[in-house]
Amino acid sequence: MSTLLDVKNLSTHFNTSAGTIKAVNDVSFKLREGETLGLVGESGCGKSVTALSIMRLVPSPPGRIVSGDVIFQDQNLLKISEEEMQNVRGRDIGMIFQEPMTSLNPVLSIGRQLREPLELHLGMTKQQSLSRSSELLELVGIPDPATRLKTFPHQTSGGQRQRIMIAMALSCEPKLLIADEATTALDVTIQAQILEIIKELTDRLGTSVIIITHNLGVVARYADSVNVMYAGKLRESGSLDQVYKQPKHPYTVGLLNSVPTLDLDADIRLQPIRGEIPNLTDLPKGCAFIDRCDYAEQKCQESEPELEEVEDAHFGACWEHQRVNKNLLGITP
Amino acid sequence: MTTTTADSTISQTDSNTQSPLLEIRDLKVHFPVTEGFILQRQVGVIKAVDGVNLTVNSGETLGLVGESGSGKTTIGRAILKLENATEGQILLNGEDITQSTGNRLRDVRRHLGMVFQDPFGSLNPRMSAGNLVGEPLKIHRLTTTKSDYKRRVAELLKIVGLNSMMAGRYPHEFSGGQRQRIGVARALAAKPEVMVLDEPVSALDVSIQAQVINLIKDLQTEFGLAYIFIAHDLSVVRNISDRVAVMYLGKIVEIGSRDDIYNHPKHPYTQALLSAVPTANPELERSRERIVLEGDIPSPLNPPSGCVFRTRCPLATKECSTQLPELQSVSGNHRAACIKGDWYESKNPVPGSVSEET
Repeated sequence: MSTLLDVKNLSTHFNTSAGTIKAVNDVSFKLREGETLGLVGESGCGKSVTALSIMRLVPSPPGRIVSGDVIFQDQNLLKISEEEMQNVRGRDIGMIFQEPMTSLNPVLSIGRQLREPLELHLGMTKQQSLSRSSELLELVGIPDPATRLKTFPHQTSGGQRQRIMIAMALSCEPKLLIADEATTALDVTIQAQILEIIKELTDRLGTSVIIITHNLGVVARYADSVNVMYAGKLRESGSLDQVYKQPKHPYTVGLLNSVPTLDLDADIRLQPIRGEIPNLTDLPKGCAFIDRCDYAEQKCQESEPELEEVEDAHFGACWEHQRVNKNLLGITP
Repeated sequence: MTTTTADSTISQTDSNTQSPLLEIRDLKVHFPVTEGFILQRQVGVIKAVDGVNLTVNSGETLGLVGESGSGKTTIGRAILKLENATEGQILLNGEDITQSTGNRLRDVRRHLGMVFQDPFGSLNPRMSAGNLVGEPLKIHRLTTTKSDYKRRVAELLKIVGLNSMMAGRYPHEFSGGQRQRIGVARALAAKPEVMVLDEPVSALDVSIQAQVINLIKDLQTEFGLAYIFIAHDLSVVRNISDRVAVMYLGKIVEIGSRDDIYNHPKHPYTQALLSAVPTANPELERSRERIVLEGDIPSPLNPPSGCVFRTRCPLATKECSTQLPELQSVSGNHRAACIKGDWYESKNPVPGSVSEET
């Protein structure tokens, strides 16, 4: 399959009074057509800013895309004009945000908000967009769509709102859907519903998906490949099975061993990653993970490891990747 | 109610014949919904907790799971009398604490600790860590001299893994995980017997979450605390609990030992809930069966008649709208509330149970 999105050496910085925060620091990855990519990491690792940079929605100031290329369908999104970018957003790339409460406009009816991209990007008339909107709501499983179109966001539940967001994001049949913590605020049974709808619809449309989440389970269930971010950089990248079964970065190992999951022994003692996330304005000279790492050596203090191919299409950024072993810490399913 | 007595006898025989440390009998917490400004009239009632029976023995962890609006937090708050019980009793060491007031209430609360969900909102930003942790000591007059007080505060901070040098710092100077540790130290200060932990780790990042879970477990072993662990994350609850109660719309739909609930769930809601939790195991996720529930939780203002779960239940039939399911024994202390009494066999929503049985 051909490459849909090619992010090359993307860097986005934020200038704050405490210093420059390299929220996204030299990140490169590719996404194929129809592929679902999981972008995982903890708060502040840069996963959301990566998505916002692709969409060119980084709040500026204080944020600034410093360098890099985002090649999407043979055009560089960072080089085109704002008008051209507006045609990409919503039409070619759809995005669903974490907060279904705040990402819908509270003073416009749901119908009005659903019709907007249809009329703007696809040039539909009011009649066409109305009937299409109601089809879309039906597609995401909202009962009685015609009535629902006339209601306002506050009259619907969190799960319903997120469905409306999905309907809106997919209304122009985009090539790429970015779901940024789309289900984090929802209850588990509703989360399952929403993720199933996303999967079903994007499978049908052949849409590529980037799932941004801190939930390793969600990624294991829906993604084809995984990127792990830590302190602004990609630390590991590969297929789902490669990364989960044979992680090559100690941070990935740490993440996998610190979540309790239903398939492991219930009495297992979790193996947390010690310490805390480093201050992004004052990162260590070498590897950013060094203070929390069990494999750290002299070399790790001196220079920062770059992402390298450790096995076929599996990348890791660790000097000691050959020693990294998920099972050494005593956890085996 | 006949079920109340049956319930308590079952749980008591289970716990080496002693009377339980904490017992909740037919607890109801209802919130009136009013309309109008000057002449307020009641237009409805939200039954946040509607007839719940629970027991907690010393040293054990009872996990309370359910989705938002299930009433799990209200139960936790009612135990500390942060909400008043509309009906029913809460017995701590055999004494009904629902009617306690004034000095008696303060004495009762010494035996109860609570850790809240939001590590940012639950600590007074104008109090230093030392004062936050020491406040319960002052309120309950547990230390006599100033040096004794200081020593005890330093000790508490050390217990939760913080440096006693940090006592002079204010909440904004701490990270989320450290703040939650302060919250735990504060709850521990008066040496409680029962701790209510309301979503203590859900606001934390995964790597920090594991640190706090381990801390909570270690403290239990060290001090023999009884926990009521309220969470929506079923994997976390499984890791920490001895027994688990599953709630839906103010009622317990299933209760049993951890293994009963996770390996042999009987109530259709428990099964759906478990199947909705993804595991971090790609291979398993490809083969797992998923039960996806339709629709949302109904409004607690206007709950469905009969079984509250019937509007989303894949097994619901006509009888479910007329008959009120009572908790009944599946085996031993494992009880579920579903009128489809010939227990619907689990389709292994939990991956672990497959390998364990074969």
